[in-house]
Amino acid sequence: MSTDTAARRKALAAALMARAGVWQQAAARTARLASARTDDATDAVRLADDYRLLAHDLARARALMPASRSREYLESAYARAHATLHHGAWRLGSTLLRLFSEEIPAAVRWLRPYIVWSTLIFILAALAGYALVHRYPDLIALFAGPDLIASVEKGKLWTEGLLNVVPSSVLSVQILANNIVVSLFAYCLGFLFGLGTLYILGLNGLMLGAIFAFTGEHGLAGALFNFVVAHGCVELSVMCLSGAAGAAVGEALVRPGSGGRLESFRAAALRSGTVLLACAALLVGAGLIEGFVSPDPRFPLATRVIVGVGYWCLMLALLSGRLLPRRARAAAATA
Amino acid sequence: MSEVVPDLLIDSVTGIEVSLPLAGPGARAYAYLIDWTLKVVLALSWYVVAAILYNGRLSLAAPLTSEGRWFGLVVLPPLAIYFLYHLVLELAMRGRTPGKRSVGIRVVTRDGGPPGPGALLVRNVFRLIDSLPAFYGVGLTLMVLTREGLRCGDMAAGTLLVYERTGADPELPQDAAQRLGTLDPSGAEIVADLLQRWPTLVPEARVGLARKVLQRYLGAAADLSDGDELTWRARLERLAGRGGP
Repeated sequence: MSTDTAARRKALAAALMARAGVWQQAAARTARLASARTDDATDAVRLADDYRLLAHDLARARALMPASRSREYLESAYARAHATLHHGAWRLGSTLLRLFSEEIPAAVRWLRPYIVWSTLIFILAALAGYALVHRYPDLIALFAGPDLIASVEKGKLWTEGLLNVVPSSVLSVQILANNIVVSLFAYCLGFLFGLGTLYILGLNGLMLGAIFAFTGEHGLAGALFNFVVAHGCVELSVMCLSGAAGAAVGEALVRPGSGGRLESFRAAALRSGTVLLACAALLVGAGLIEGFVSPDPRFPLATRVIVGVGYWCLMLALLSGRLLPRRARAAAATA
Repeated sequence: MSEVVPDLLIDSVTGIEVSLPLAGPGARAYAYLIDWTLKVVLALSWYVVAAILYNGRLSLAAPLTSEGRWFGLVVLPPLAIYFLYHLVLELAMRGRTPGKRSVGIRVVTRDGGPPGPGALLVRNVFRLIDSLPAFYGVGLTLMVLTREGLRCGDMAAGTLLVYERTGADPELPQDAAQRLGTLDPSGAEIVADLLQRWPTLVPEARVGLARKVLQRYLGAAADLSDGDELTWRARLERLAGRGGP
């Protein structure tokens, strides 16, 4: 490098470093705007100017003094200005509102074919479980524990007197925690090319069918239906929904399309994963019903059916985005 | 480092791409250990305090029969703290947790922005897979094997962990421009920084650092003869201000 060039570079670097005060002002404004909404239009417009200024100075710093702390500072200030300008301030409330009013319904619409298939698999597995235990009653040992079998063989449903042993609140939390974990696994195991999801759907279907067949053999199918109807409508629907999300992830890995396997997996997991939030929320409600309503003999069948069907309709409203008032949906769209 | 773990480069309308250094498995594991310790301490503290208050004496024993209030007040909150810690804090702190914050990393999407609730949910749900068979075996293996240091949850959610560029760090030496002289920009910054911190350093460090800086920038021409602190400071001032020994 000639002496003239070196001197010129040094002069440019000196001129650049003399602008440190401007960078600090820009960084301070960015930090202020990143954490709060502003009503001052001039302040917001200045951020755009800051962004251009920082980009300009950073380009020069990268060329003139790549190993300097000034460049590091500029990288930092520029990245923060970029994030503030492009991603805006964080509004948790409106983000969640948009999730429930737009993103989850959109994901459910996208998942429709998967929901049909996973429901079909679940029903077929339940029928298979029913047929198996109906034909070979000893096979119930594969699907149910010895206590449950002993109780049914004595002509008593295992849920009878349950509230004498465990309070409703404890029961609810145990049930909803278990259901949420099963639901999350049904989704996650789609990672194994959909086989894990298929296993969870199949196993739960088989168990349901097998237990209905076993209780039917002992004249307790009606009592079991009585127990299940209030919470089961939503619980089983959510099982199929999370299975559908897992199946979408599995299919993205099996048939990735033109974007590549990883990209396809990412898109499917992200798109279908939002429904898990709705699944978890719905399972909390189902768990509470299963803890407080289902085992309580004071509730007649009609009440249980009303609770079950009513909660199922609520689920449909939530998943279709119609649960939120129109004003809230409009606010989410604006945000 | 940049060759081992690459930067995340984000296109910008200005034509100057934004560069965010990606966090490797070491930083991620360290942040996780801090978070794990925190959530265990929080959950255990809740259990101990709530159990003592519930029992009305120094005892952590659960009641003999299952009681709803015991479960709701003593057992459930620690479980919620343990299992929802990452999801809730990442949501509330825009992709950070106390552990990540102390290591200086955060979760971002591929466009550099904070991930939404859906992405954070997916990222955390996939911990079920990443934690298999034990001690985050799947997650750690994937982190080591992938170029961007991603675990399964990151792949699914389209997220990455980057080092924070907070705007306040690194600190900018105040009057480096005036100290350029014959020094290069990073040299001017070092000298400016040293002179700025001079009053806060112990005497041995002042002399030791001044000697190193003079040696580095003046080589054989440096005057390294013994002297008191004021002499060393004057030599630094000369180097920075006039660029000569």
